[in-house]
Amino acid sequence: MKIDSIAKLDKWRKEIQTKQKAIKTKILICLGPGCLAGGSDKILKEFQTILKKKKIKDVLVESVKKTGCHGFCARGPMVIIEPLGIFYSKVKKVHVKDIIEKTLQKGEIIEKLLYKDPDTDKIYKEWRKIPFYARQQKIALRNVGQIDPDEITDYIVNGGYSALAKILKGMKPDEVIDQVSKSGLRGRGGAGFSTGRKWVTCAKAEENPHYVLCNGDEGDPGAFMDRCIMEGDPHTVLEGMIICAYAVGSQEGYIYVREEYPLAVVNLQKAIDDARKFGLLGDNILGTDLCFDLKISKGGGAFVCGESSALMRSVAGEIGEPRAKYVRSVLKGLHDKPTVLNNVETFANIPVIIEKGADWFAAIGTKKSTGTKAFSLAGKIKNTGLIEVPMGIKLKEIIYDIGGGINDNRKFKAVQTGGPSGGCLPADKLDLEVDFDTLADNGSMMGSGGMVVMDDRTCMVDVSRYFLNFLVEESCGKCVPCREGLFQLHKLNEKICEGKGTEDELKLMENLSKTIISGSLCGLGQSGPNPFLSTIMYFRDEYEAHVKKQECPGGVCKKLITYKINDDCNGCMACLSVCAASAITGKKKEQHTIDEVKCDRCGACYAVCNINAIDII
Amino acid sequence: MVKLQINGKTVEAREGEMLLAVMQRMGIEVPTQCHHEAIEPTGNCRLCMVEITKKNWDGWKKCVTSCLYPVEEGLIVETHNDKLFEIRKTILDLQLARSPHSDYVAKMASEYGLEKSSYPVEPQGDDCIMCYACTRICDVLGKSAIAPTMRGHEKIVAGPFGEAPPDCIGCLSCAFICPTDHIKWNDKGNTRTIWDKKFKLIKCKKCGKKTITREFADYLIEKRELPSEYFDTCDICKRQETADTMGALVVKAREATI
Repeated sequence: MKIDSIAKLDKWRKEIQTKQKAIKTKILICLGPGCLAGGSDKILKEFQTILKKKKIKDVLVESVKKTGCHGFCARGPMVIIEPLGIFYSKVKKVHVKDIIEKTLQKGEIIEKLLYKDPDTDKIYKEWRKIPFYARQQKIALRNVGQIDPDEITDYIVNGGYSALAKILKGMKPDEVIDQVSKSGLRGRGGAGFSTGRKWVTCAKAEENPHYVLCNGDEGDPGAFMDRCIMEGDPHTVLEGMIICAYAVGSQEGYIYVREEYPLAVVNLQKAIDDARKFGLLGDNILGTDLCFDLKISKGGGAFVCGESSALMRSVAGEIGEPRAKYVRSVLKGLHDKPTVLNNVETFANIPVIIEKGADWFAAIGTKKSTGTKAFSLAGKIKNTGLIEVPMGIKLKEIIYDIGGGINDNRKFKAVQTGGPSGGCLPADKLDLEVDFDTLADNGSMMGSGGMVVMDDRTCMVDVSRYFLNFLVEESCGKCVPCREGLFQLHKLNEKICEGKGTEDELKLMENLSKTIISGSLCGLGQSGPNPFLSTIMYFRDEYEAHVKKQECPGGVCKKLITYKINDDCNGCMACLSVCAASAITGKKKEQHTIDEVKCDRCGACYAVCNINAIDII
Repeated sequence: MVKLQINGKTVEAREGEMLLAVMQRMGIEVPTQCHHEAIEPTGNCRLCMVEITKKNWDGWKKCVTSCLYPVEEGLIVETHNDKLFEIRKTILDLQLARSPHSDYVAKMASEYGLEKSSYPVEPQGDDCIMCYACTRICDVLGKSAIAPTMRGHEKIVAGPFGEAPPDCIGCLSCAFICPTDHIKWNDKGNTRTIWDKKFKLIKCKKCGKKTITREFADYLIEKRELPSEYFDTCDICKRQETADTMGALVVKAREATI
């Protein structure tokens, strides 16, 4: 069935609405990456098999829906029963029968599956009321976790493609750009360049054709926002791109996705096929003059291919290396033609901006950073997961109110924002308002939205070493400052971790960083020394402890620490059984000892001891 | 034509011309490694960096590679200052650690007062400075037999899958353009070896001298639409042949007039 007019789209939407009204109860099962790893696909199957045999009022087999990431990964796999919003977390296959027989048949709540706040012991029945969700505001993620990404009808019934219909009905391309500019939307990929300005430049460029590219090459360790949008709501990316194509006069587009995101590739391809089938992509979209089609371009997973010029070369089939951009890629991009390149999350915001208007969007967030931002919370935080919050929210609110604080209620040490090229902010920066400029002014950056939280058992010198190692491996190797400079910076950092660094070498590292920043060809190198610079800016005392005293205050750097068993040991033998190096000796109910020579400092004993009888010295 | 200022002097340049070309015309010397007139600039070595600004940039300056930066009206360029000196020196310092056996790098570094590297030296480091001159000249010749492969510090120039490049024709352009003489080759008897690939050399039909490889000859015959026997004789014998023919013609013409 081709939807060849806007009227037909509206009619179709009404038809789906009537059809879906018949399904009163919905059982949403999260198939996001975290829940899937916890076996949520098996839970989905179990629901379907049992419901096929059982007849329950208002519950059909179609009631069971798989969705993208619902966000609260720490509590996965989760099952949500709508319209009541009952939130069952840490569900296992064995619980499915119970849920059907008790909750669906008799309306009883299974208390042990509900979320219990570990700090207040309060039990929450409805997911919207849980603090993790209550503080969020979802725009880009509005459908993620709510709809079946495979069903175009699910997207349409939730208002999908109505923004496209709106512009085709009565907005000129420059009016569309005007709305995007007025909304103040800034690129969500990290740099925060004004989306409206990018579109205007491309639209005005005389050369033809114009291309629309979507950057789905999310590569920061600990970041999974774009992945969840592509997996959980692929049509919103498509709709954003079609609107962009209309605005800048393009007929051809590409979504660049890394191959490590196989589900994103599959879901996007299904969405593209469906959109094409129904006439939402291809020639004469919705019966108008708009012609636009797009393809998926799969990347090999090189971090540097998230950089615009390297991405464009990769799409064109060349080596994924950046080139100097003294002519901006919006004018000379893919195949040297005018190109709009936006991030997945940026495109996901577009339909809502068109639908609700620029003023509505601009009223959210701060003056210079409008709207919301998706973050992935990871690291030593209780509520790991995917969130979307208004810009200007304090770091503290994200980490403590939404994130629930630090694991085991330990002390907060730092939060890393902006991925490997970002920076680590210490505890006295927790009052910072999260927006593009504030983070940059404080030596970090917004980046694509990864947020890694670290506790007092983290060594910042080791963190710097880890991220520098990542960048050394991901540097493309084209220019000298990045290839050789980051390599040497990492080597010197490693020396400090081993307690062999000197004060002169610290100075050398700081000078070298300056050359890498101003001398490198692309953004990867230019921001490459950030892990080192931001940690030494806020945690210089830790570097000095390593260099001057050969001590690791965080208790992480293996060469600088020893594990010792203290008098509290009750001889439970737990540490002895986990020690892979057989370095622990001792009899039952007698104090154990660790052989320093044999010990390979893996920390397994320290982690397993629950009476704090092991010290790190 | 555009007007710009380099080191305080106002100069005119053709539109589209790169800063480095204008600087060289003015006699300003900046070090370069990856730059070569025969090939497209790529900006790998970063040594030719200059600092640019404009009157309306409110004092904001940025460093760009002059080999890649096209001239602009009103551009104010500085080619030598403390910051640029530090960048160039650090780059050469890093290269000294990576290519400790290269005379080419050592000579350039000594001009910046560097006798040995400030960084841990890699004794195994080779002389390749990743300037891509070899791969770019191979691209220009239309073969693209070799390419930069791997990533980061592990990056090397090699044939596909690290094997002898099937498209290589043994023309030696890469070896001749290589600034550090890193690309090794040899001619032994009738055989030329480069990139682990062996080629048969053509023997001049007249004098027996070895000329170019069969593959290179075939490629030139095809590209330039030359007669198929064109490379059967060497250049000198060809010249001799031409002289003989011309001589014979002159003799014939003289006989005819008498």
